[in-house]
Amino acid sequence: MGVTSPLEAASDAPDVERSRLARLTTFIDRFGALGIVLIMGTLSYVAQPDVFLTTNNIANIFRQTAFLALLALGQFIVIVTAGIDLSVGSTLALAMMSTAVLSVAGVPWPLLILTPFLVGAAVGVINGVGLTWLHMPHPFIMTLGMLNIARGLTNLISGGVPISGLPAEVRWLGAGNVSVGGLQVPVSVGVVILSYLAVWVFLQHTRTGRHVYAIGGNPQAARVTGVNVDRTLVLVYALCGLLAGFSGLLLAGRTNSGFPNAGIGAELDAISAVIIGGASFFGGRGTVLGVFAGVLVIGMMRNLLNLSNVQVFWQQILIGVVIIAVVAFDVLRRRIGSAS
Amino acid sequence: MVQTSVTPAIVARGLSKSFGHVVALSGVDLRVDPGEVLGVVGDNGAGKTTLMKILSGVHPPTEGQLLINGEEVRFASPRDAQRVGIEMVYQDLALAGNLRIDENIFLGRERTRQLGPVRLVDHRANLALAKQHLDNLNIHVKSVGQLVEQLSGGQRQAVAIARATAFDGRVVIMDEPTAALAVREVRKVLDLIKDLKTHGISVILISHRLDDIFYVCDRVMALFHGRNLAEARLADVDRNEVIGWIMGNKGGHGVPDRPDRTDEAR
Ligand SMILES: Nc1ncnc2c1ncn2[C@@H]1O[C@H](COP(=O)(O)OP(=O)(O)O)[C@@H](O)[C@H]1O
Ligand SMILES: [Mg+2]
Repeated sequence: MGVTSPLEAASDAPDVERSRLARLTTFIDRFGALGIVLIMGTLSYVAQPDVFLTTNNIANIFRQTAFLALLALGQFIVIVTAGIDLSVGSTLALAMMSTAVLSVAGVPWPLLILTPFLVGAAVGVINGVGLTWLHMPHPFIMTLGMLNIARGLTNLISGGVPISGLPAEVRWLGAGNVSVGGLQVPVSVGVVILSYLAVWVFLQHTRTGRHVYAIGGNPQAARVTGVNVDRTLVLVYALCGLLAGFSGLLLAGRTNSGFPNAGIGAELDAISAVIIGGASFFGGRGTVLGVFAGVLVIGMMRNLLNLSNVQVFWQQILIGVVIIAVVAFDVLRRRIGSAS
Repeated sequence: MVQTSVTPAIVARGLSKSFGHVVALSGVDLRVDPGEVLGVVGDNGAGKTTLMKILSGVHPPTEGQLLINGEEVRFASPRDAQRVGIEMVYQDLALAGNLRIDENIFLGRERTRQLGPVRLVDHRANLALAKQHLDNLNIHVKSVGQLVEQLSGGQRQAVAIARATAFDGRVVIMDEPTAALAVREVRKVLDLIKDLKTHGISVILISHRLDDIFYVCDRVMALFHGRNLAEARLADVDRNEVIGWIMGNKGGHGVPDRPDRTDEAR
């Protein structure tokens, strides 16, 4: 061999510039969302210099966003496959309520801690199976149905009223602290960080995780190269459900109860965090670190507006503005990137 | 058919395929020898893509038989076909633009390493193997760590071909590999095909471009309305005859008679 002409890059002259732009694009892809976190942090600090940077306030932000962080993490995996899971808020409520109901019935705490995971994963498996084997036209439909079913079940098992009284072990997960080098760190924060690390390893460093990205990039390519697309999708929705259940466990622990309206609209916050974190709604793009940043941005924004006594309605408006601004910026950047 | 001493790399006998009422193929035969490049021509809808999807395990045939190195095989999936060395380069390339070159080459067949209880993708090994394989095929890219969406059309085609040959592929099927390419990239892809031949790899090339067919093929066969129409060694035909085949005129080059075939194609 060796007689053939090499397949060189098609363009030669503008290569340097293009690769610099490509590198900048990659850089923004990886760290752009952290930039927004820095901006938010600076804004918060300038607006509330006495309160914002206290360990108490920071711990508060983390504690309050821990449940959103887990919801967003699951939602992210689904969005990487170009899917969506509208049922996570209801799944959270069902998992939380199941735990509370069983707790009141006297079930021992190790089983209680297992319950929300099982409930969440079961809901996710049903979503995934409906999507693949029943050939639902779009995950929107299946998970919209599930949003209603899980919420209905939550009300059914609780009679539509809050149920309180969880064992200390569950409350510790949601509201406890551990001392790390003299610093009181919320347990829920540790749990969230461990979950993010685990999902990062899964998505970046396992075959199935890479297949999740491949499915989001080009499902046809995944299929013809022997990736079991249906099985992978069921797993993805199961993981999303599992994390929603986990999130329900944290919230149950934090509030010492299960309440039927928990997580209403939380699916939209989760989607917002994922998009602010730089993931593409069309699948195949985004990082765990970005999602974490997206969650922090939402948490800090809420915190800042609360500290500044801004009406809660403004929070909604601002989050909406940030979503649109972030995506508009992203579209613009890609257009400039591909035009050169 | 001059010589029968070599065992053909792949033989198809009497393949038929219907999609509901649509008969896409009926009673099609095909043979490719090791290291041979077979061109397949035919008008739109003649059944070329369907035939290749049967050979590569995407569709099961409604009827007919496949022999690989003389042994009958049945494919339930592309994976089965890949196991006996049949690889397809799809018309739409089937690459994931959001993944790196090496990830596309090894998609579904990634090298892994054991780390405690978990099996992780060995990114370093995959990058190194991909680089080595591309070097072997004389395919040059800036870095195997590039995302495929950053490549030109010809480079993507080369990556798709590299994927098809990365795992001891013995027969590589290519569906219109040059259709979407800039003119100057076409030649490079065709040279790559010639290169595969020197590695003893058989190639089945579907193309509308007679330039491609006459540049790389050893033999050419034509499908018409889902049936064999004609075939010949490249040395024995000229362009006008092949153009005639595409339009359904078989000229002097019929296919060997089979008793169970009734030829309605003329
Ligand atoms: N999946 C399918 N379902 C129904 N009909 C199909 C399918 N694939 C191909 N066909 C039909 O089979 C015939 C042959 O198609 P194809 O193999 O794509 O031809 P070619 O590749 O030669 O243009 C056409 O009539 C086409 O419409
Ligand atoms: Mg075709």
